[in-house]
Amino acid sequence: MAAWRFRQRPFRSSKNNVKQIVKQLWNWVDDRTGLPGMIGRTARHLVPPDAKWWYVFGSATLCAFMIQVISGIALAFVYIPSAGEAYSTLHYISEQAPFGHFLRGLHYYGASAMVLMVGLHMAQVFLAGSYKFPRELNWATGVLLLAFTLAMGFTGQLLRGDQNAVWTVVVAAEQAGRTPIIGQWLAHFILGGDTVGGATFTRFFAIHVFIMPGFIFAFVGLHLWLVLRHGISEPPKPGKLVDPKTYRQEYKELLEKKGNPFWPDSAWRDVVFCVAMIAAIAALAFVSGAPQLGEPPDPSITTASPRPDWYFMWYFAVLALLPHGTEQYFLDFGPLIVGIILIALPFVFNRGERSPWRRPWAITIVLMTVVMIATLWVEGVKSPWSPNFNAQPLSASVVGATNGPVFLGAQLFHDKGCLNCHLIAGDGGRRGPDLTAVADRLSANQMILKIANGAVNMPAYAANLTPAQMDELVAFLQTRRIQRQ
Amino acid sequence: MNEPNTKGSSSCCVASPAELSRRKFLARLSVAAGGIGALIVALPVAGFILAPLFKRTHEVWRSVGKVESFKIGETTAVQYEDASPLPWAGVMARSAAWLRRVNADTFIAFSINCTHLGCPVRWLAEANLFMCPCHGGVYYEDGTVAAGPPPLPLRRYPVRVKNGSVEIQTAPIPIIKK
Repeated sequence: MAAWRFRQRPFRSSKNNVKQIVKQLWNWVDDRTGLPGMIGRTARHLVPPDAKWWYVFGSATLCAFMIQVISGIALAFVYIPSAGEAYSTLHYISEQAPFGHFLRGLHYYGASAMVLMVGLHMAQVFLAGSYKFPRELNWATGVLLLAFTLAMGFTGQLLRGDQNAVWTVVVAAEQAGRTPIIGQWLAHFILGGDTVGGATFTRFFAIHVFIMPGFIFAFVGLHLWLVLRHGISEPPKPGKLVDPKTYRQEYKELLEKKGNPFWPDSAWRDVVFCVAMIAAIAALAFVSGAPQLGEPPDPSITTASPRPDWYFMWYFAVLALLPHGTEQYFLDFGPLIVGIILIALPFVFNRGERSPWRRPWAITIVLMTVVMIATLWVEGVKSPWSPNFNAQPLSASVVGATNGPVFLGAQLFHDKGCLNCHLIAGDGGRRGPDLTAVADRLSANQMILKIANGAVNMPAYAANLTPAQMDELVAFLQTRRIQRQ
Repeated sequence: MNEPNTKGSSSCCVASPAELSRRKFLARLSVAAGGIGALIVALPVAGFILAPLFKRTHEVWRSVGKVESFKIGETTAVQYEDASPLPWAGVMARSAAWLRRVNADTFIAFSINCTHLGCPVRWLAEANLFMCPCHGGVYYEDGTVAAGPPPLPLRRYPVRVKNGSVEIQTAPIPIIKK
């Protein structure tokens, strides 16, 4: 149509003139830089057919990373990475700066999305056996990118600059301190000295804003280069084995016969998914905003209850639930062993079956990992092992007495810290057993024995209670029955 | 993809032995010079970043209050500034300890850091216990482990009475290493 008009009225169609000029300009840029042609060829590289919605998680991770870069740069326009001022700039960003609340939310949910997507991407690649020959290094660079992503999440939580941040640094330094040989140095490096202080925040800022993003950019570049070099892996077919001798030839033939250009045949799904993700992140940022800032970063406030952000909540649970004797070995070697296993995976299993339906162990491992992290996460949120410091004295209706030994025993139950860890009729802590109906299962003598001697997770109260107090406490506990008389 | 200069590199290598040894020399020269250049920049940078690993803080005594302000038998949280606060450290330069006046002139100062992973323990005065909010570590009043994951008793800080004031010696955050 347009060409026909051009021939009919060559000098009247300014639209076509503009088109012509743009085209010439494009050609000039292509000639002088070579970039448009190269980008075009790269974008249209052939990908296997049927590479559909399962393939969007990698690009979604990158998309979330770009949100982080952009929102992070914006936040850096105001944020001051100094121990004395980070907290007040964050208050300013959250409460006064135009769009500040939204931007902090964007950065927080963007981080959450990045962690989530990198996990989904990894699970998908693992299930589809895409890490096998010749894509071993795609996987290995991906594992490093996972580590960098988690490091970003961790350092980012610190930069929130509140009380929780301070204790997160301390907990990190204590864990690093358990590393064999270099532990003390590592802990000092994290703290920026002997204690948390002026030197701590600036280090984490430099790591979070320059070093880690630098690594991520470099390794994303390498990762994408490897994806282009080896091509996107074709969806696995049961019974179709990977043989390093023939795989490349077969892949080439598949592309020649059935391949589609990545742009736009496949890329549209990445774009649609990415935009949907951005919309979800923005909606969350708009509706619920960034996490609340806690108390100021004052390490001398002793009423802190440090908690990690959600993506480390499960690890928080691990550290609480490890059997006491094994913890030392776990902190020393646990993360190291996981890292080695992940990196080594494609080098050990680089051939053979790819389909998850013929690799039941792959499905089992993914399911078990998900179930494990989910249950630990739920436990972490509940954190029943943490004493309840807000336990109020039991009400008269629960106690069932307003004077006498039962009443005094109930007071002791609160004052001696029992209620911090035990539940009575729904009040109290969850560290130890629920004692609402303890008299149904323990006699007075058994109670005295337990209280006096304690247990692994309970202090021994023998030296802490007078005989009269012990009697009162037991008198109270002996009234704790499910009413059935 | 057929840029003219990519052909050069493959057709470069017809050269006389003299030219080859010159090339070898120039290549080595460039690598060595580049290495020296990198070292000139990297050494001070590494020193700057890693300095905290080797810096030993000079600990100081900090007054935390008059002797009379502490009741015998009571354990209270005291705040003081750490050994070498940087000018921009703000409230982050503060430290705390649990201070107990045992008798007229004896004080004990416990670190607030749980020996499990460093969280701040709280003193429950009625119960005579220290409890940790993170993973449920509990200590008896003398700082020994009563329950939960802590591997060691609470650390104690040096404490003294000087000119009528109680003074605590600043200390690093105890990094527990078993």
